[in-house]
Amino acid sequence: MSSKLYAKPESLTDTPFHYCPGCQHGIVHRIIAEVIDELGVRKQTIGVAPVGCSVLAYDYFNFDIIQASHGRAPAVATGVKRVCPDSIVFTYQGDGDLASIGCAEVVHAAARGERITTIFINNAIYGMTGGQMAPTTLVDQVTTTSPYGRNVNQVGNPLCISEMLSTIKGTRFIARVAVNNPSNMAKAKAAIKKAFQLQNNGEGFCLIEVLSTCPTNWGMTPVDAVKWLEKNMIPQYPLGVFKDAGGE
Amino acid sequence: MSETRLMKGNEAIGEAAIVAGCRYYFGYPITPQTELMEYMAKRMPQIEGVFLQAESEIAAINMVYGAAGAGARVMTSSSSPGISLKAEGISYCAGAELPCVIVNIMRGGPGLGSIQPSQADYFQATKGGGHGDYRNIVLAPNSVQEMADLTILSFDLADTYRNPVMLLGDGALGQMMEPVKLEEKPFVLQEKSWAANGLGERTQPNIINSLYLKPEQLEAHNIHLQNKYQRIIKQECRWEEFSVEDAELIVVAYGITSRIARSAVEMAKRDGLKVGLFRPISLWPFPSERLFTLAEQTRAFLVTELSAGQMIEDVCLATRQMKPVHFYGRMGGMMPSSREIDTPINLIVREKEAVK
Repeated sequence: MSSKLYAKPESLTDTPFHYCPGCQHGIVHRIIAEVIDELGVRKQTIGVAPVGCSVLAYDYFNFDIIQASHGRAPAVATGVKRVCPDSIVFTYQGDGDLASIGCAEVVHAAARGERITTIFINNAIYGMTGGQMAPTTLVDQVTTTSPYGRNVNQVGNPLCISEMLSTIKGTRFIARVAVNNPSNMAKAKAAIKKAFQLQNNGEGFCLIEVLSTCPTNWGMTPVDAVKWLEKNMIPQYPLGVFKDAGGE
Repeated sequence: MSETRLMKGNEAIGEAAIVAGCRYYFGYPITPQTELMEYMAKRMPQIEGVFLQAESEIAAINMVYGAAGAGARVMTSSSSPGISLKAEGISYCAGAELPCVIVNIMRGGPGLGSIQPSQADYFQATKGGGHGDYRNIVLAPNSVQEMADLTILSFDLADTYRNPVMLLGDGALGQMMEPVKLEEKPFVLQEKSWAANGLGERTQPNIINSLYLKPEQLEAHNIHLQNKYQRIIKQECRWEEFSVEDAELIVVAYGITSRIARSAVEMAKRDGLKVGLFRPISLWPFPSERLFTLAEQTRAFLVTELSAGQMIEDVCLATRQMKPVHFYGRMGGMMPSSREIDTPINLIVREKEAVK
């Protein structure tokens, strides 16, 4: 007798991802889909997609999706959640979307303690527009709009979203994870699952920041990109739980 | 509430929205519409509705986008500079075909301008305001009663056409008090099978979206929108006429200006002049066909607005400049008196008589 050990989650469609080789959006999509399947909430889940590489998330997730304007996903999710308070509502946003243009929306959604979950993909660069500097770009990191490296004297230091949001009283659970190896993937999945579970229990705003690679715009092979993330990003953006209001 | 009450225009909009079944309001304070927001803050909790003060006008319109996307009757309100901030979100609502009601209680501009009444956002309201080929249905009340009645109509039109509707008032209408009667009748909410409110019994996900990366698909989507706009033009033109039948001059005015123009027209009629008033109620769709017919029978038009002249362009287009179109406007929050409008009426009509 044979048994199925590994299958595509029901929460993913059959559409192939358009993401570049070595990009970690696909891994995070799959983790979210697995978590939603495991919690059995697919039929009451509404995702809010951003502007950025993951703008086409509605092609990949097999549940209702609203595509938001740049940075406004937490405001859109607020509107959805107020209309559908028993649904699971999450935003999926990159660092240009959330940490730059959408900074106000995520801060105030957190301050209100909106019962939504935000998955924040931090790859230290604007992907879709071709590799510009993001608020999360590392010091001295070269991008198309910081061709001589990020200069702290001119454009300041990287913005640490998880640390910042964890100071806000309305936040329930804030963690930073990475998907650079199987062990961290398991931790990332546990954190994302906890965030969705807390929402399902009617608890406050949760954000999971996922450090992610962008081999195309970093100008590296996928393997080198993972090494670069481990060597440069994790020291700047340490992994761990920054806030667990229930566990304090 | 079905008794007659004395209400501010801003408050009448709020109560009418509730009568229409709106249970979600998202807004941000700005004069001269703040009373509407304050009214909603007080009333929504009483009827288990949602009032939320957003962190910005941008957030408010995106909350509207989310709530409308999830299938709710939803409203936001603001005044001129705030509407500029909402413009991107309104374009998204139009692109994703989300029904919603946006109230603009206009004030003087450009920039921070003033907090006094103005009609200088006509272009912004009727020609789009945000990016892309889209149209809002734009309704322009001229009394507190009509602010209530057109608010209810706005929700119905929004749902019928899956389109944003803008209620365009001004600081005077928002602030002034008049008797208003609201019939409390059960509202009928239309089925929204397209809403992204969770799969439930559905097997196919609902997607709310305005992105079409393939040009063929985006063009097809635009053609679909334009066909809808043509249906709206055909079915939803609204206007009011006063004494136009034998008028040698027809004054064209909307909103608060139409009230002043009406007094001026009555004044001129008492002086024996043949003058009428044409008041567009729907600014988009603009009642062009009717104006074209009137152009055939009258000798001239006088457009009066609280702006440098914006609606006048639609009057010229509608009448194909078959007859002269004159203009009288005030700007920056200044309001003309009826005597002030009576003067150009007299000049134009008497000049025509002299020629005759």
